[in-house]
Amino acid sequence: MSTFLWVIFPYICLATFVVGHVWRYRYDKFGWTTRSSQLYEDKLLRIGSPLFHFGILFVAVGHFMGLIVPQSWTERAGMSQELYHIVALLGGLPAGIACLVGLAILVYRRRTVGPVFRATTVNDKAMYAVLAVVIVLGMWNTIAGTLLNLGIAGDHYNYRDGVSPWFRQIFWFQPDASLMEGAPIGFQLHALLAFLLFAMWPFTRLVHVFSAPIGYFTRPYIVYRSRDERPGTATGTRAQKRGWERVQ
Amino acid sequence: MRVMAQMAMVMNLDKCIGCHTCSVTCKQAWTNRQGTEYVWFNNVETRPGLGYPRGYEDQEEWKGGWIRADNGRLKLRAGGRLNKMLNIFSNPKMPSIQDYYEPWTYDYETLLNAPAQDTFPVARPTSLISGKHINIEWSANWDDDLGGSTEHTAKDPMLKGIEDKVKFEFEQTFMFYLPRICEHCLNPSCAASCPSGAIYKREEDGIVLVDQDKCRGWRMCVTGCPYKKVYFNHKTGKAEKCTFCYPRVEVGIPTVCAETCVGRLRYIGLMLYDADKVLEAAAVENEHDLYEAQRSVFLDPRDPAVQREAERAGIPGDWIEAAKKSPVLKLITDYKVALPLHPEYRTMPMVWYIPPLSPVVDVIKDTGYDAEDKDNLFAAIDALRIPIEYLANLFTAGDTRPVEDVLRRLAAMRSYMRDINLGRDPQAHIAEAVGMEEEEMYEMFRLLAIAKYGDRYVIPTAHGEQAHALEELATDCPVSSFDDELLDSSGPFGEGSGRGAVTPVAVENLKMLQERAQSETLVSGGSKRGRVNLLNWDGRGMPEGLFPQREHNVEASAGGGSPHQRTDDGSVLEDGQARPDNVAGADEGQQ
Repeated sequence: MSTFLWVIFPYICLATFVVGHVWRYRYDKFGWTTRSSQLYEDKLLRIGSPLFHFGILFVAVGHFMGLIVPQSWTERAGMSQELYHIVALLGGLPAGIACLVGLAILVYRRRTVGPVFRATTVNDKAMYAVLAVVIVLGMWNTIAGTLLNLGIAGDHYNYRDGVSPWFRQIFWFQPDASLMEGAPIGFQLHALLAFLLFAMWPFTRLVHVFSAPIGYFTRPYIVYRSRDERPGTATGTRAQKRGWERVQ
Repeated sequence: MRVMAQMAMVMNLDKCIGCHTCSVTCKQAWTNRQGTEYVWFNNVETRPGLGYPRGYEDQEEWKGGWIRADNGRLKLRAGGRLNKMLNIFSNPKMPSIQDYYEPWTYDYETLLNAPAQDTFPVARPTSLISGKHINIEWSANWDDDLGGSTEHTAKDPMLKGIEDKVKFEFEQTFMFYLPRICEHCLNPSCAASCPSGAIYKREEDGIVLVDQDKCRGWRMCVTGCPYKKVYFNHKTGKAEKCTFCYPRVEVGIPTVCAETCVGRLRYIGLMLYDADKVLEAAAVENEHDLYEAQRSVFLDPRDPAVQREAERAGIPGDWIEAAKKSPVLKLITDYKVALPLHPEYRTMPMVWYIPPLSPVVDVIKDTGYDAEDKDNLFAAIDALRIPIEYLANLFTAGDTRPVEDVLRRLAAMRSYMRDINLGRDPQAHIAEAVGMEEEEMYEMFRLLAIAKYGDRYVIPTAHGEQAHALEELATDCPVSSFDDELLDSSGPFGEGSGRGAVTPVAVENLKMLQERAQSETLVSGGSKRGRVNLLNWDGRGMPEGLFPQREHNVEASAGGGSPHQRTDDGSVLEDGQARPDNVAGADEGQQ
């Protein structure tokens, strides 16, 4: 069971994540959008959306710090465990709160503003549920783990000894399931649901994360394109299929 | 010099009767889908009026277009790249659905199923956005014909500065119609605003399009366009805009709005311009110079040097020829009667307008004086400040001189042609008074008043050698000749199967449209195989196969030649195929 939860399941999810995105990009570029509802409602969105998005961007940076950067590195850089926790708390807590408050406003908006609710699909609802639970669990772990010191047996649970190495091991294909077995239930659930979210990712509107328009900074303002440049143009509007290329 | 070709349009506002046919046909062709219910790629506004979306011209509010920075360079009014990225999670200046209007339908179901009752049942309006019953309080065209003008029109952004002079008492007011489509600007601020780079300007013909596969729905283009002609499809989450009917234009037929224009007031043709000079011209300091600056960007295709450069830039010969004959070129460059809409947005718009003389003529007529007399008209143009200042706010960033010049030309043409029409001697001095030759004036009259189809639309087709790749032709299927009647259209799987059975609809449409538009006589919409393409039939003539043949004809043919057609008794058709046609049609196909 432990092997399934902490080895097999993450790989299934990550594989779905990668393959799913490739598939979605190849076959559903048209569906690849933020599906904005700003046209319907503006005022709540203006507060909620930036709050949530900037919050979750900071949370993502925090996760990079905590999961990817090993403890030994920060220690070598002269950062003690206490200092690290203070930094993590000072950065993570406001970001997490912004993210949660933003999410609350957005969910409230989605439920109460008629046209926005009408435009919400089942897919959206499932995704929001998982996303919200993951964020709430993450907040709980932060608060319970560090602020209230409610770790296992009253001890302080250091996720950089358990969750983080396990997470890194996934990427060199040697995950040690026992590292996660010892983690508090909050961390376990957070990790599991996060992977579930990764698996759902390519099939939801979350794909818009990968269209962050970085190229805008470097491209010229006006884009010129030739009529024939569209790749794979074949009969009518259908794209030319591989193996069916016309004789030139 | 970097020569580029631009497909451009001119609209003659004097001839617009505000019938909205262009809007309706455009909507039927392009935006009759869910998600675009509120979208009008083409709309007709009554001016003075708020327009659609409400008050879109107030750029202090909506932040569209470019402004000239202190260092002399252009920047987006809504903010540059960094600003856009910081605001990407919620666009601070996007019109809401209420600024357009909440689209609705009617509850016809209740109306149709209502039982007999004392009170007359009504169909209540239902919002297409919220699905609830709504009280309709605004639409794309609410202030049509100055409706409700006492309440709304005073808010027209273009009345700023002259509001105290404008009267909205019924007798003293003036109005005209302004049909609007996307301007297909030379310096499009929508394209510049798009973070994803999905909006592009086509190199060949300058049409500005949204790549639906690259658009990610950031909505910055909606803000960026000062004309508010990029729309957000709330179902697909993508931006959409007027396409200049590129599938039609590519095969040489005019846009839907132009084709169906009842007043025949639209002109389509090419303009050649120097792409290297666009930014410089768009950034001239004084807004009043923008009109002249944009004209200076245009190149004269009759100039051999320009022709050489155009050829070097890869513009095909037939396009240069078309550019020479372009009615748009004549109206903008030769006769100088067309003006750009809001040059002060610095986007270098390419749909230009001939300002209406009618407000001036109407005033003279009301005073009892001769409204076609040159001197009366000239004096009125000088005296009637209000319509002219208003027109200047629309077309020349407030500079009244170019508007006066145009109106003088139109007035001169009016009185010059009257002499000819009344059989009097034409007076050359009228033409001279506005700096034109007599012949030139007559040519202008023919273009503006007679406005033959072939003169209004000079649209070169896209390259022949690339034709196979064009959307609308789709001729990669091995149909060799569309002109032949494809009698034997039956393949192994019944009618329409097999090689060569299907003529692409677009090609059929194109041929018919051409025939109908260019011939002097009635052209039946009749088509191959005794079928009628009702899309093409405009009520002229009676195409074969539209109506069943008369009773005795059917009997005669059935009894005489082809008993195998009668399938009521369950007998098999001769060639063993199911034929969905009516008896008359099938009969024709067989013989």
